[in-house]
Amino acid sequence: MRADDLVVRGLCKGYEGGAPVLAGIEFAIPSGQSVALIGANGAGKSTLLRCCMHLIQPDQGQVHLLGHDLTGLNPRALRHMRSKVGFVFQKHNLVPRLSALSNVLHGAIARSPFARSWLHGLASRELREEAMRCLARVGLAHIAARRVDKLSGGQSQRVAIARALMQSPRMMVADEPVASLDPSSGEEVMRLFSNLVRKEGLTMLFTSHDLSHAIKYADRVIALRQGVVALDAPSAELSVATLRALYD
Amino acid sequence: MTDHTLARAVPALPSRFERPGLTGFAMTLGILLFFMWSVQRTGVSLSEFIQGFPQMGRLVGEMLPPSTARLGAVGKALLETFQMAFVGTVVGVLISVPIAVLATRHLTPHPALYHLARNLIAFARTVPDLLWALLFIVSVGLGPFAGTLAIIVDKIGFCGRFFAEAMEEVDRGPQEALSAIGADKLSLVMCAVIPAAMPSFINTSLFSLEKATRSSVVLGLVGAGGIGIELKVAMDLFNYDEAATIILAIFALVILVEQASAWLRRRVI
Repeated sequence: MRADDLVVRGLCKGYEGGAPVLAGIEFAIPSGQSVALIGANGAGKSTLLRCCMHLIQPDQGQVHLLGHDLTGLNPRALRHMRSKVGFVFQKHNLVPRLSALSNVLHGAIARSPFARSWLHGLASRELREEAMRCLARVGLAHIAARRVDKLSGGQSQRVAIARALMQSPRMMVADEPVASLDPSSGEEVMRLFSNLVRKEGLTMLFTSHDLSHAIKYADRVIALRQGVVALDAPSAELSVATLRALYD
Repeated sequence: MTDHTLARAVPALPSRFERPGLTGFAMTLGILLFFMWSVQRTGVSLSEFIQGFPQMGRLVGEMLPPSTARLGAVGKALLETFQMAFVGTVVGVLISVPIAVLATRHLTPHPALYHLARNLIAFARTVPDLLWALLFIVSVGLGPFAGTLAIIVDKIGFCGRFFAEAMEEVDRGPQEALSAIGADKLSLVMCAVIPAAMPSFINTSLFSLEKATRSSVVLGLVGAGGIGIELKVAMDLFNYDEAATIILAIFALVILVEQASAWLRRRVI
């Protein structure tokens, strides 16, 4: 039996003056499994992902990431745990004005010596070659020197995936990775992302509003509604129509 | 369609101007009265201004043609003026960056450091550079070093504030992404915040250089180096033709610095 890479127990989170966003979330993701997290706007998907990485502190509950309880970790240990998880954001969150190569090098921040991965001018030859290999894996080695604010949405998201690969992660988390892309670029990026994750045997947790993506690219679908898990089932047993009913 | 239905279909337009409340009206009236009192106290008078035209004409007449007798000395003083501004700006900008990081709410390591840095910036900004120059003349003596120190402190006040504001305003997305990667605060600042705030940093620094060039002329008037002292001596000795040369030289320097910084802005940003 495979160990669980992510275990969430009794997770609660609310914001000041509002109803609780998450109200006792429970699930576990075994190593190597790909999970899609779905739900209407405001269902708490993004908050849940951020709580799983302790980018937002949960009000209650526990998160065990790669076998470690994040609750009691000191900031240094927490940063170390985060470095093992690649996080891809909806708006890619690349650093503007820097080159694609410098952005990918940032993926090695937690494991490289002081300042060596801040800019590609400061990085060692090994790190730069590794970053170039990551860019090549997403098909963008030819634009390594180009500024990321000059790239298309699809290219930017692929650079963000390369940055996550640079972390040599054990798990990938993605918050609506293709929501800001047109359908064709979205499909292309999602296919690339999924293939890379499967090839490396990584655990994956991603949120999506595209229900066909949830069924096609995930082994399992978890649906959130009003702050609780409304459905948790293997994607092979689900259809788009079944999932759409959860939005009514 | 009847007039009655039309009236119902188009709701009444809101009035063009909002009627001010009692507080708003009292404040407007207060500001207006204060302005009128200030005009009276400062002796602003259009007739006196017009009566002064012939005097101004006489002065301009004595300034023409500008003297070329001391061009070498004027050129040397002008270069010194720019060097004061340049060194003061570069050092001031370099010192401002770490202070501005401490004065940025979400980047400061401790709230006490945030308040300390904010107060330091406010203090440097509120004391005029001329006063800083007088203080530094007492401590390091007359000459360009005192003026350069005054410019450095002035830049800490100016750049520190604008750099901190620029860093507070940059998109937090890349910072969140790097936090998720496991970056510490220093890496966040160096990798995500400073590159994103760089256009604003460059803009502020170039504007500072323009401002420092103008300041360094005035600082010379109190003996803190630069061309200001040349201008003061020429005016005190009624050498208006020489003063005209100096004023034209200052004008040329300021225009040159403004043009160069506009060109750099276009190239770099």
